[in-house]
Amino acid sequence: MTDMTQTVTNYTDKQPAKFPGLVQETPGGGILSGPLDDVVNWARSNSLWPLTFATSCCGIEMMSTAAAKYDFARFGFEVARATPRQADVIIIAGTIVNKMAPVLKRLYDQMADPKYVIAMGACAISGGPFFYNTYSVVKGADHVIPVDVYVAGCPPRPEALLHALITLQEKIRLGIRERVDIDGTKI
Amino acid sequence: MTNEELIARLQDIDPSISVDAGEWPNAHIEATAWPVLAPALRLCDELAFDYLFCLTCVDWKTHLTMVYHLTSTRHRHHLVVKSKLDREAPSIRTVSDIWRTAEFHEREVFEMFGVHFEEHPDLRKLILPDDWQGYPLRKDYEDPVNMIKL
Repeated sequence: MTDMTQTVTNYTDKQPAKFPGLVQETPGGGILSGPLDDVVNWARSNSLWPLTFATSCCGIEMMSTAAAKYDFARFGFEVARATPRQADVIIIAGTIVNKMAPVLKRLYDQMADPKYVIAMGACAISGGPFFYNTYSVVKGADHVIPVDVYVAGCPPRPEALLHALITLQEKIRLGIRERVDIDGTKI
Repeated sequence: MTNEELIARLQDIDPSISVDAGEWPNAHIEATAWPVLAPALRLCDELAFDYLFCLTCVDWKTHLTMVYHLTSTRHRHHLVVKSKLDREAPSIRTVSDIWRTAEFHEREVFEMFGVHFEEHPDLRKLILPDDWQGYPLRKDYEDPVNMIKL
């Protein structure tokens, strides 16, 4: 618990990340200059709207992370959207079963680019407790859609999800967008 | 009704029923006795089992067992009814006309264990895809594509 809080505190020390440009004062205002990609990435990383998508108990932790005590809106995950067309990040919070896999794929396809994926918890990473002797569970959501950040736990604590979200923001700010699709091609 | 009275009353209805006493009386019945016993449990004023709160099946590898958990909201007494079924051709009379909730539960047992419910109004698969082969909750179920054996 203490260690976890410590980790998050370290990250929050860096928040908000330094703006990657300069404001040059001119009479009557200022001119903003900086590498466009960096500025765009900085803007994107600070406004990531998650999709309301939870398939099992990790969803409860996700809701807790969204609620007043942990409040991921502080970091720019402002509001969970109930439609993929308005969402930037999908947090796969729970078990993906074979019947749910096409739905997950469709939701991901319907999200507008740029889009990001967080696999939250053991089920979304590998099938977790349902890895063995089950006929219905997908052994990891990355069999269906590419994943940016994995967060371990069963379920992960809200601090761990916050850490994953902040890690995603850093990834975006650093411009790391190289991801491998499920068939091995770079996307 | 106390459990002792309940057991005595059940044996009045059908002397062939064997009942294990305990916190939950367990009545072991033949599948052929079920069409007569089930309506009696529901309709008899002293018993009045108006709530079927669990309907499931157990695979014992040698045979299947249907399990019905009943309670009476009027008398606050409970009963478990168990019936041994042949594993090769499991079949028992539906109770969906007596306890409506059984309609879905029996469909689930049908798809997961392959039990045939006679006179069920709509015996289709409930959760599995319509073209699914095999009964996933049977102990000898194999699925080499989706299942990793430990």
